Amino acid sequence: MAGAVSSLGRRGARINDAISEPFWVRWTLISVALVFLALFLVLPLIVVFKEAFSRGASVYFAALTEPDAWHAIKLTLLAAAISVPLNMVFGLSAAWAITKFQFRGKQAMITLIDLPFAVSPVVAGLIYVLLFGAQGWLGPWLAESNIRIIFAVPGIVLATIFVTFPFIARELIPLMEEQGTSYEEASLTLGASGWQTFWRVTLPSIKWGLLYGIILCNARAMGEFGAVSVVSGHIRGQTNTLPLHIEILYNEYQFAASFAAASLLAGLALVTLVVKSLLEWLHVRDREKAVRAALQQT
Amino acid sequence: MPSIRKPSVIPGFGLSLGFASFYASLIVFIPLAALFAKAFTLTWDEFWRTALDPQAVASYKLSLGAAFIGAGVNLIFGFIVAWVLVRYHFFGKKVVDALVDLPFALPTAVAGIALTALYAPQGWLGQWLSPLGIKVAYAPLGVVVALTFIGLPFVVRTVQPVLEELEREIEEAAASLGASRWHTFRKILLPAVLPALLTGFALSFARGVGEYGSVVFISGNMPFKTEITPLLIVTKLEQYNYAGAAALAVVLLGFSFVLLLLINMLQYWSSKRTGG
Repeated sequence: MAGAVSSLGRRGARINDAISEPFWVRWTLISVALVFLALFLVLPLIVVFKEAFSRGASVYFAALTEPDAWHAIKLTLLAAAISVPLNMVFGLSAAWAITKFQFRGKQAMITLIDLPFAVSPVVAGLIYVLLFGAQGWLGPWLAESNIRIIFAVPGIVLATIFVTFPFIARELIPLMEEQGTSYEEASLTLGASGWQTFWRVTLPSIKWGLLYGIILCNARAMGEFGAVSVVSGHIRGQTNTLPLHIEILYNEYQFAASFAAASLLAGLALVTLVVKSLLEWLHVRDREKAVRAALQQT
Repeated sequence: MPSIRKPSVIPGFGLSLGFASFYASLIVFIPLAALFAKAFTLTWDEFWRTALDPQAVASYKLSLGAAFIGAGVNLIFGFIVAWVLVRYHFFGKKVVDALVDLPFALPTAVAGIALTALYAPQGWLGQWLSPLGIKVAYAPLGVVVALTFIGLPFVVRTVQPVLEELEREIEEAAASLGASRWHTFRKILLPAVLPALLTGFALSFARGVGEYGSVVFISGNMPFKTEITPLLIVTKLEQYNYAGAAALAVVLLGFSFVLLLLINMLQYWSSKRTGG
């Protein structure tokens, strides 16, 4: 987002011949970039929709309305509905502690937040199997208490939380760091309570960044494959999320149905990109407004 | 907790740090500790025998090698994409800019089956490549293609802001002193973006090493040939060889931590450079 902001001031600048490249170099570079992106980004996207409708619209809609697909969609939505809000509360409290206070162990906390990005999704699933699986550390106790985590919905939710853990915190920390603490201190000095300050001062100023983190977190939560695959057990109609449903259909050579399910997630990805661009635009607009207001006052 | 923090009028330190630490330990710290505990139920000898088993070593070579080549492709083309997006104006630039993030937003399983459909021998691209004797799907090259896709946004998104903040005045000065455009690029622009380029490369590389979803469809998963390390972990898990899976996971984490350390060093270098 910082990039989008800083490019604004230069929008009007004319390209100076002395510090730009010859016409043919410019167009060669643009062509190379566009061909590369077309090959790696646009073609895969087109092929998903083309394959999904390869056997007609009726097959497409039949694939999406059959009970197993429907169940997979519901489970995917459920996993996202649990993991995103939890990670949001975590992101807000971690960012609050890290950006509003100076304390020992702060750097360790920041590293810990980044950790899930460095862990392979498969390892993310594995750690919960080792903890909660039948052979795991807590396995015997869970079996006695009749609680199922692995090969059941709680495991899927846990794995999803793990892989989407850093998204919102990572988005909020630089943003709140940049804003500092002066507005909060002013609000508190004027007699507002801590919660009032949070709701009326902090939250409005970070709302676009927060939403940005939420949609990225949600996209990953609904699309996670590796981690969920390890803990799910692939039980149809019970522990299959949409990405796992795609895999099962694909391995059974039901390509049209598999790509039909994939087209839903590809659609989600496109919506995510549109909303993301919109939020960046809103963020920049609010900044400009604030700068203009500040300039008028002086 | 007055002893570990500097005094402040802002409330909520105990609550926010308390909840964040509790949640982070529950979700990340304790489960990761369980992994190490499991791996070290093996004796030292058993651990190394599992970790250095020929099939495992072949998988490290593929995972690291393919991720390295994929990150290299992204280093070159990602730089060109970032350059074009920052410096030039062309129709549809905003859409192209937004599309760069597609690999972050598109689920890996979808990317996997889409790339396989494209590069399979009868696919849109595969039908042109297979007569030339180039096999992409179900071959190591397919793994490279998948990891290139997955890592594509990293180089673009780390280089883009650095290019935007570069002072055009320095280039003007170089031009007025008689430097050619290519000379200015090599001596002034490239050194300035080098830390960001390397950071993007390392991020792309790190992401590729652990990647699973997009690779399993296109690789064909043949042991010793197209089997990546994360897949080998899944195989061990399906054979109920938990300690073996944990040992390989520890090796994979080791690779990731080294890369993470490298990235942090690069970012430190980069911030020192832009700061000074």
